[in-house]
Amino acid sequence: MGVWRRLSRPPPRFSSVAAAASRPFGKAPSPGCTERVGERVALRPPSPSQLSASLLRGQGLQVPSGTARRRRLQLPTGRSRGPRPRGGSSQAAPRAAPSTSGSSRGPASFERLWRAGNPAPAAAAAAAPAGTMASASAAAGAPAPPPPPPPSLPSLPGPGNARSPASLERDRLWRVLGWRIATSVVWSVLLLPVCTGAFVFFSSLDVLHPVQWVSDALHDLYGSCVLSSLLLLSALVIVISVFNIEFYTVVPSIPCSRLALIGKIVHPQQVMHSLVHSAMGMLMAWCAAVMTKDRYHVLAVPCTDADSLESKAARACLNEHHLFLLLAGAFMGYSYSLLYFVNNMNYLPFPIIQQYKFLRFRRALPLLLRHSAVESLYLLRNFCFLYYFLGYIPKAWVSTAMDLQKDEKQPPLDSLSGLFDLSLLYHVWLCGVFLLVTWYTTWVLFRIYATEAHAFPVQPMFTGDVEECLPRVLNDNTPLIIKYLALQDLMLLSQYSPSRRQEVFSLSQPGGHPHNWVAISRECLALLNDLTQRLVMYQEAAATNGRVKPPSSPVEPKKPIVMEEETAFQTPKASLMPKALMPSLVKASLFSPKFASPDTLNPVCSPYGDSVSNRAVGIVDIKSPRHEGPQSLQSPQLTRRGPRLWTSLTDPQSNGPRSPHASPPPIRREAQHKGRGPPWKLCLWLQNKQEQVKSFLAKRVLIVYFFSKHPEASIQAVFSDAQMHIWALEGLSHLVAASFTEDRFGVVQTTLPTILSTLLTLQEAVDKHFKLPHVSSRPPRISGSLVDTSYKTLRFALRASLKTAIYRITTTFGEHLNSLVGFK
Amino acid sequence: MCSLSLFPPSPPWDQVTLYEYNNELVTGDNYESPPPDFRGQWINLPVLHLTKDPLKTPGRLDHGTKTAFIHHRESIWKRCINAWRDMGVSGVLNEVANSEEEVFKWVKTASGWALALCRWGASLHGSLFPHLSLRSEDLIAEFAQVTNCTIVPSLKHRLQRNVAALAWKPLSASVLAVACQSCILIWTLDPNSLSTRPSSGCAQVLSHPGHSPVTSLAWSPNGGRLLSASPVDAAVLVWDISTETCVPLPWFRGGGVTYLLWSPDGSKVLATTPSAVFRVWEAQMWTCERWPTLSGRCQTGCWSPDGNRLLFTVLGEPLIYSLTFPEHSREGKGQVGGAKTATIVADLSETTIQTPNGEERLGGEAHSMVWDPSGERLAVLMKGNPRVRHGKPVILLFRTRNSPVFELLPCGIVQGEPGAWAQMITFHPSFNKGALLTVCWSTGRIAHIPLYFVNAQFPRFSPMLCRTQEPPAGGGGSTHVPLFTETASISSPWDPSSGTSWSHSPSSHLQ
Repeated sequence: MGVWRRLSRPPPRFSSVAAAASRPFGKAPSPGCTERVGERVALRPPSPSQLSASLLRGQGLQVPSGTARRRRLQLPTGRSRGPRPRGGSSQAAPRAAPSTSGSSRGPASFERLWRAGNPAPAAAAAAAPAGTMASASAAAGAPAPPPPPPPSLPSLPGPGNARSPASLERDRLWRVLGWRIATSVVWSVLLLPVCTGAFVFFSSLDVLHPVQWVSDALHDLYGSCVLSSLLLLSALVIVISVFNIEFYTVVPSIPCSRLALIGKIVHPQQVMHSLVHSAMGMLMAWCAAVMTKDRYHVLAVPCTDADSLESKAARACLNEHHLFLLLAGAFMGYSYSLLYFVNNMNYLPFPIIQQYKFLRFRRALPLLLRHSAVESLYLLRNFCFLYYFLGYIPKAWVSTAMDLQKDEKQPPLDSLSGLFDLSLLYHVWLCGVFLLVTWYTTWVLFRIYATEAHAFPVQPMFTGDVEECLPRVLNDNTPLIIKYLALQDLMLLSQYSPSRRQEVFSLSQPGGHPHNWVAISRECLALLNDLTQRLVMYQEAAATNGRVKPPSSPVEPKKPIVMEEETAFQTPKASLMPKALMPSLVKASLFSPKFASPDTLNPVCSPYGDSVSNRAVGIVDIKSPRHEGPQSLQSPQLTRRGPRLWTSLTDPQSNGPRSPHASPPPIRREAQHKGRGPPWKLCLWLQNKQEQVKSFLAKRVLIVYFFSKHPEASIQAVFSDAQMHIWALEGLSHLVAASFTEDRFGVVQTTLPTILSTLLTLQEAVDKHFKLPHVSSRPPRISGSLVDTSYKTLRFALRASLKTAIYRITTTFGEHLNSLVGFK
Repeated sequence: MCSLSLFPPSPPWDQVTLYEYNNELVTGDNYESPPPDFRGQWINLPVLHLTKDPLKTPGRLDHGTKTAFIHHRESIWKRCINAWRDMGVSGVLNEVANSEEEVFKWVKTASGWALALCRWGASLHGSLFPHLSLRSEDLIAEFAQVTNCTIVPSLKHRLQRNVAALAWKPLSASVLAVACQSCILIWTLDPNSLSTRPSSGCAQVLSHPGHSPVTSLAWSPNGGRLLSASPVDAAVLVWDISTETCVPLPWFRGGGVTYLLWSPDGSKVLATTPSAVFRVWEAQMWTCERWPTLSGRCQTGCWSPDGNRLLFTVLGEPLIYSLTFPEHSREGKGQVGGAKTATIVADLSETTIQTPNGEERLGGEAHSMVWDPSGERLAVLMKGNPRVRHGKPVILLFRTRNSPVFELLPCGIVQGEPGAWAQMITFHPSFNKGALLTVCWSTGRIAHIPLYFVNAQFPRFSPMLCRTQEPPAGGGGSTHVPLFTETASISSPWDPSSGTSWSHSPSSHLQ
């Protein structure tokens, strides 16, 4: 909050602050910031004049330059036209806000929130106290005393601290993915009768009497049991879709050691998934048994004992075939769930080429059928083994629970002679194929629909659409799938769509700022810098072999300067980066600011907020002017990284997505501790102890077996979300190459030195990384399988596309690169 | 329409074509001593001369080390396993049927019958798609864009047999794709590496069941994807090399794909089939348009630099067709947007031209065509014709202009040393003084023939040339008749959907 107020004061120089303000606020602010804006608009002000005043304040924060002043004059007239207090606020605000700069998100997000939630002010009320709480805590850490909140703010304590951003995210997710997911579910339900028909047809297989077979199958198809079981099956398919939707991920989770794999399997979520799937498998098998009729129809059958003819009606025997089928269904459901996670089938691989959905489905279909048939065979084999050894338990349990007798005439199924029943095996196999085909079809349809390219508008058509446009979606803290889709769309538009490229290169209408390009390129560069940093950290960890190094002495701070107007994008001179210094520069530029992070940083506000606050407040920032370019880009993440504590070293790459916006406050705090000095010794002592424990444990074979990291897996984990970086590289390089002829205002040229130096730094880090052991060897390829393993080789894809991106830019610009300012 | 009767006479038989200057092809005695006025223009081109001696012919590969060992007859089952590995079921049947006294009589008879059945089935299949009955070497020889090739790789790999095509990956400088008998090999050859003979560990093997032999490869111009095609497999495979995933683009008619060509802007792909049909894929959503040709398969094709025009030839016809893809269809997603008809732009039928030394015959069918990246020169390698130059393939050079209207003007005949015939032609991808045609002659010489003109694509890169040479006149130097322009010529329309209005007579092409 302090940041905002501070910025809203009349700045000394308009242009510089405009640049400084538009850049960091475009970056995803913390939830607190978002809520604060939402809260301000959500207040239901009693009079239009008060609202316009608060909007004016919002404007004043943003663009204090001439354009904003002009807009300030416009605003009241715009307000006066709309007399409705609530609808007017949500409509007038985005119109007044600049199209892409940060604070316009406030009203728009509120509007989204408004639309998403109940029209009742519950959501707004929940948002508002959250905002106040966040702002209060943020203000406590801020160097300046917080100004008193406006009197109209309701200061109720609200429990829904995380609710409004979550609902915002869910709303955006629903807008982009909702229809697709719904369509995929509808299609999988529609395809169910086809599968069922095929199942009924094959289950009544009778080779010797083909005519009778066909007529029987047709007759069965219209039977009531098939139709009623179709209803149940549809419900099951919908549940499967829900599980697919809940468990999908765009970043594969790669267990680095065996213990991690086991932990993945016994994770409560996974256990729940497995249990539900085995229950559903049993239900599917029950449907299959009902549809098959014959001797699988019911669990209790009249006994066939010859000696008890008189009491036949009274006595019921256990139909072991039925039980066998049900248990097989449960087993297959469980195995499906297990393989689903072990094979990372919840990972959504994006297609390498764009195709129509029907073609993709048709291509997947033969693969799916073959995979299901083969897997069902394997599962049947495993189940037969299991039943042979453990089958007596469920049999006894069921027969005692339901008071069923054992049929002496029938051979028991947990014997060799009983199991070797071709008809039984065939039906169980067919049931397994039916189950797997239905479920895999649902899964494939979900995958196809979810990974279809989505075209985000580059510029909003209407003011309400600001949330949906590409620069905003890229910069916001959106769900990863939306970010992936946005980056994919960026890659596609940069390659195939000249008109949309033109929108990217365009200038904002009043003001003439290249907001679109700045937002897009900033996000791409932030992604790439994040990757560079991660690679360097990994290399450091690998170089020290996981051992702890005493922290090296801080880089000698250069002459402190006051940074008020230098940003990487607006002043290319600031990003001077001598090529000769590159190797050392990677580290220097990446790791120097962590020692310079002042203690006054408030830990709650957004990681982007603090550098902004420093800058805007005029705090003396200890950064060399020479390194300003890359630093100002990377500083948000770098200040977060903190010194090399053992926590961050022994686990240099955390599994899964490393969102650039998720800030770990503990490390930050430790960083601050460390800067003060005293806990050093404690830290060292702890490290020594830890080393001793480690070396003791390392001698135990079993522990080594479970804890030893598979080198290939840990390498894969580093690059698990590299698809994002690949798209960022492709999109950026294609846009830059297209700008050679299409960029009429030269907006790309201001960023070109930064882009090139970022790419080269990343190239250097990648080159270094590929010299580590095991990195450059390819894992074996499995071709023609339904299971996608493309994530295992993403590092090669990244290397290739990085090289191609650099070549694309340099061959397009040719010798003109020599005349680039700031890049030598 | 352009016809060969307007071509300038070919140079004397002992002269070689050195370069093009002032719209004329300049000849000299040999490649080593260019005329003195050319010295100033000399560009530093690498001189390559592959002598045939170090190249081992495939014939010698057959009796390599095998003869040094005493022949040892393996047991029948071992041979069967080997045959299974090499050739599949038919190999086993063949082995069993040809074995003497090693298996039971009835097994031998049964396998003989099964083999006959297999052959009959294959012949039935082959009668539908005659090219399938060819041996794989013949397939490669039939569909490769090289005349009479003997290619011997200096990169060695166990699977690198019967190489049919090579392709360097654009924008990477170090990745080479090799189309082999059973797979595609991707060599990563680091130019900074010190080793001259990379080991087979550098190679990445990409194979897909049913996709062999691979005879054609095409990288997308932006370096992202690789297309591969086989005359046996109806599907074109789109490969992502790094993740080794492939997507088949299926098509069930046509029986295979022989030649792939990506348009320079990356928006479309030409895929020719062994039957009388070819397809143009659109490279964003991968939909295709199908073009039936009545007389034969599409032999070769080339794209204009902006990807809006395709020139192609059809086997058995001495004609060059042009197919336009209008610009406005670019933004439309998933549409190829080709014109309804293809027009005939050049008639290459055999004619007699007057030379100072008497009459000379020229013409025939085109074997391959290449268009220079600036879109101003078109080189056509003709098929050997016994009545023309004793069966030697001839290279014809055309001047072209793509906008505002398409024009095709004759430029000249490229001639090599006496006794040498051209095997392969290609243009340099970025030659900034005009165009650079590289010809691989049968003597093993790789000759570079610079064609100097003011290049519309790189106008800023050729300051030296601009001083010494005035821009070429629009009509051309030797003949001032525009031979083919879109505005003037009325060609027979050719409807791709019906394909019936194929009504032209060769005589009507001569203007």
